[in-house]
Amino acid sequence: MAKRVGLEVSLAVADAVKMSKAEVVSAYPITPQTHIVEELSHFVANGELDAAFIPVESEHSAMSAAMGSAATGARTYTATSSQGLALMNEMLPIASAMRLPIVMTIANRSLSGPISIWNDHSDIMSIRDVGWVQIFVENGQEAFDISVCAFKIAEDHRVLLPMGVNMDGFMLSHMIEPVEFPDQSDIDDFLPGFTAKMILDPAEPVTMGPVGVPEVYMEAKVQCEQALINSKPVVKEVLDGFAAKFGRQYNLVETNGKEGAKTLFVTMGSLGETVMTSVDEMNADGKDVGQVRIRLWRPFPQEEFLAAVKGADKLIVLDRALSPGGVRGPVASELASLFHGQADAPEIVNVVAGLGGRDVSVDEFKEIYETAQSGGFKDAYTVWGVMSNA
Amino acid sequence: MLNEVDLSKYEKITAKTIPTEKGISSGHRACQGCVEILAMGMVMKAVGRNVIVANATGCMEIVTSPFPQTAWNVPWMHVAFENTSAVASGIEAALKIREKHGKLKGERPKVLAFGGDGATADIGLQALSGALERGHDFTYVCLDNEAYMNTGIQRSSSTPYGAMTTTSPPGSNSIGQSTWKKNVPAIAAAHNIPYVATASPGNYLDLMNKVRKAIAIDGPAYIHIYAVCPTGWGIKSEKGIELSKLAVKTNVFPLYEVIGGKYILKENKNPKPVVDYLKIQRRFRHLSETDVEYIQKRVDAEYAHLAAMASCAAPEEEENDE
Amino acid sequence: MSAKALMAWQDLALGTAICEPGSAAKLKTGDWRSMAPSLDEEKCIQCGICLILCPEFCISEHDDGFFRPDYDYCKGCGICANECPKDAITMGREEK
Repeated sequence: MAKRVGLEVSLAVADAVKMSKAEVVSAYPITPQTHIVEELSHFVANGELDAAFIPVESEHSAMSAAMGSAATGARTYTATSSQGLALMNEMLPIASAMRLPIVMTIANRSLSGPISIWNDHSDIMSIRDVGWVQIFVENGQEAFDISVCAFKIAEDHRVLLPMGVNMDGFMLSHMIEPVEFPDQSDIDDFLPGFTAKMILDPAEPVTMGPVGVPEVYMEAKVQCEQALINSKPVVKEVLDGFAAKFGRQYNLVETNGKEGAKTLFVTMGSLGETVMTSVDEMNADGKDVGQVRIRLWRPFPQEEFLAAVKGADKLIVLDRALSPGGVRGPVASELASLFHGQADAPEIVNVVAGLGGRDVSVDEFKEIYETAQSGGFKDAYTVWGVMSNA
Repeated sequence: MLNEVDLSKYEKITAKTIPTEKGISSGHRACQGCVEILAMGMVMKAVGRNVIVANATGCMEIVTSPFPQTAWNVPWMHVAFENTSAVASGIEAALKIREKHGKLKGERPKVLAFGGDGATADIGLQALSGALERGHDFTYVCLDNEAYMNTGIQRSSSTPYGAMTTTSPPGSNSIGQSTWKKNVPAIAAAHNIPYVATASPGNYLDLMNKVRKAIAIDGPAYIHIYAVCPTGWGIKSEKGIELSKLAVKTNVFPLYEVIGGKYILKENKNPKPVVDYLKIQRRFRHLSETDVEYIQKRVDAEYAHLAAMASCAAPEEEENDE
Repeated sequence: MSAKALMAWQDLALGTAICEPGSAAKLKTGDWRSMAPSLDEEKCIQCGICLILCPEFCISEHDDGFFRPDYDYCKGCGICANECPKDAITMGREEK
């Protein structure tokens, strides 16, 4: 029987990895990801998870060891945050180019300068183009469920790409939330063991990672790009399959608030839950506002997003990372690109908020809404809540 | 003894039983007279076919794998420059757990990592240290040609004192490389791993048997192989093996093993003068007599230090004889 | 397909791996050679040291017991001649 317990979300993710029967976990401690791999090391130590736990000496090696492991045919998991992700950066596009289905949780945290252990999306936005499937979760149940799905998506022979599961550091990773755990047998039915398509095996020697001469480099990149584009229906299929088995439906893009609202908040990650409360309260006050939450970031669910915002004339796009010197924040830039050339394109109001763990309250979102309605946001983007003498 | 080292699985190669196995095929693109690829081929002969290779970025990676052809007859993986030991760690961990889960057919393959001196002594030292410390059952082979040859002969921390490279040029204020060669075998040995050795392809049976010992033992092994680069060192293409022997005979590159913490030195009672070694290489041509004298003294001192460590590690009954 | 490319991306193996082991043998590196080894069978004692020390891995033992290079691959480095204990191998300009 499935059971429902209250626990820290990091531990729920560790449980998901355990129930997914990962065979190799390579990990290096970094706040706020650490509780996940601590828990996994306990599972391995007490025999609850029959896996190899490699306590590597850096995140660079965490990803490198994960790549060696996945290439040898083992179900492979790691987790990181912020500086750790930055240190892995060099490895990430190689993992996708080599088509290695590693699953990694990223407890999103600000990038240093100054050092900050708190949450925003500057870490993940700095690796946007590495060719990984990238998904965001908003709550504990979703973190558990999507982590299980991630193995099934990444290892699908139509995908065979690494997948990053993003959850906001502290704001989500350290929350105590109720999580329903399915039975192991149901997880086993849903997620059979990993069958690699190509592995390092002396019986059938392959050369992985040869020199990409100019006569093949572009084709190699396009193979990876196409695999990522073509992963979208598989992500959808796996999430729908999960819903059919476990009763919890996750879509690539979610909507809430007033149907057909003319103004929509666009959010990604757990701050979306605060916006949800704000939108509900504004709806109760008769405001014409709704919300679209982006779950799948790469590949970007273009059709699903367009369908979700159809009829809206204004999008208040929340970015949790700066793109200094750029036109807008990363999510808003993506959407501006999506709407380019469309006659009925909605106005994009871009608010960069909540950097480095700065809290944004329910009331502040109401204020953001009112400011947007009154045309108060004059610039291509506005950094919300920053103290200035100007 | 620091470690009990089980060498019961060691299968010695003799002059009559040298394997003809070609882990690396002909048609690779190494320079004429490249001793690095030759040494790599010797390692592969000793290892056989039941192996998975992780290879760092560098000359050997480049010359064996330009798409669409590979010189490798065994499974091989190149990821990047500094992380080969970590890649090998992951391969080893995956093999062991898959073996435990009954998913491997046949005997668990050996795991072999190759890196040049840059990949080992410089950029990959951290990953190497981590993998040695964690005790993975793998063999790391450093193919030391004493500079970054792939990028055009830049100095590394393994470049010997006095050597001219493109980033350690001699000049009015420079002798060439101004630092002494980093002692990576000693660093490896400091991890208290079961097996460390130096080897030279001039002494090919010794080299292959050290590889056989490395793969026979359980746990990490490190082999540091002297690998002449005729292009980078400025010698004729036929001289690589001659120089490999000379490096050993002059004590510039002493051959030793560290088994379970115990140093075993292949004694060289009548060493040749270091000048014989230096004078045939263009990279040392600018050195003065005084420079050569200094190098001779330091080589002598290092050899004496090594000999002293080897004598410290006498058999146990003698140790107890205090 | 562009002539600048070796093959279509759809035809690449997964992750651009190379699935034909030892396919480098298709590259005949013998044309790098300016000097070629030749064997004096009178002097040769068939010890096979040349095979062990050939960086091209292209010397093999023939049915008559002699070790000879495959000139398709021999780059003419001269190590075999330099190391032959009986000076049975000499390097000479090739007549092409």
